Amino acid sequence: MVIQSTIEKDKILDVLRLVNDPEVPVLTILDLGIVRDIIVQEDLVEIVITPTYSGCPAMDAIALDIRLKLSEAGYKKVKITNVLSPAWTTDWISEEGKTKLKAYGIAPPNPRQQVCSNDLFAPNEAVQCPHCNSYNTTRVSEFGSTACKALYQCNDCREPFDYFKCH
Amino acid sequence: MTDYLLHLADSTLILAQRNAEWCGHGPILEQDIAITNISLDLLGQARNFYQYAAQLTGGDATEDTLAYLRTERQFKNFLLCEQPNGDWGQTVLRQFLFSSYQQLVLEQLIESNDQQLAAIAAKSIKETSYHVRWSGEWVIRLGDGTEESQQRMLHAVDVLWPYTGEMFIAASYELEAASGGYGVDPATIKESWLKKISSVFEEATLPIPQNVYMHTGGKNGLHTEHLGYILAEMQYLQRTYPNAAW
Repeated sequence: MVIQSTIEKDKILDVLRLVNDPEVPVLTILDLGIVRDIIVQEDLVEIVITPTYSGCPAMDAIALDIRLKLSEAGYKKVKITNVLSPAWTTDWISEEGKTKLKAYGIAPPNPRQQVCSNDLFAPNEAVQCPHCNSYNTTRVSEFGSTACKALYQCNDCREPFDYFKCH
Repeated sequence: MTDYLLHLADSTLILAQRNAEWCGHGPILEQDIAITNISLDLLGQARNFYQYAAQLTGGDATEDTLAYLRTERQFKNFLLCEQPNGDWGQTVLRQFLFSSYQQLVLEQLIESNDQQLAAIAAKSIKETSYHVRWSGEWVIRLGDGTEESQQRMLHAVDVLWPYTGEMFIAASYELEAASGGYGVDPATIKESWLKKISSVFEEATLPIPQNVYMHTGGKNGLHTEHLGYILAEMQYLQRTYPNAAW
């Protein structure tokens, strides 16, 4: 029974690997670390997810996509549960996810314990340019194209880029 | 408990709605994006509070009925949150006064004996700390900026300060929440709030107003004339086309 459900979970994980974040399509929801649990009870599959930010508008689209992909894989009874606790952190983004982000042109988040500071006018984090790898970069704005990103520019190659800010 | 949740939800929703008015009108693109990002964070926090309130209310209540189908007298938001945007200085000062307060409330709510409320607080506080830093930096930049920016900030302080008093006068549902162990008596955070505001105002070369008449009522449904207009715009679609969905 235990072995059965482990095999089942692995199959479900394979399906979830097909669900991408609609706003950062290079990441799967597993890379992002927002899938918190998979519960299989007979023919019912429950997927527990958590939002990155409270107002993340992608959550509805993600839930819909999970249902769609699981249904295509033959899972008919699917329940999606949203949890808030423990609160999501960028430390949950997988190493593979960080590599994918960089290849996509988004600087991956720095480890949280090193750099998250709430002091006013705190020195900008040293963020590496995803294009030329220079650390000589400037923060243009703390808020970027989505809630989870900040806007930076490289002082060497002059390219602007998004930084997935530590959270 | 529902009233307490609605109070927390209403303040964040109304401020989200006000900040959203800047969409496409920000002074520069990056700051337009910043203020609307903050609006989105606040809206997300409001949804979490409303969803929980709807769950406790039961029946046909949903986050949407609570946001779109209640009237002015049923809204329990701070008067501060419904004040017009004014210029950029007034908007960032309103955000700073509110977010500094909210951060202190959330810090205590994380310890709430109600698990869901504690979870919402732990989620929200990460976002709120960005808002405090961003708005605090703006208050200093403009207060200690040019002659014109300082004049505008002094005006913003005059306009908004009289709406800060009610934040610390506990409504009956807040006292109930504090004694029940799931909420915060706002009188207990007044000193810390003032300390935070004072340190930033000092750097911004702005004075803390003394002996100012304080308006009250928002927490108990008695609002300034502005809220009616906000609700008229925000609720129009649901009122005119009930149950319309995207």
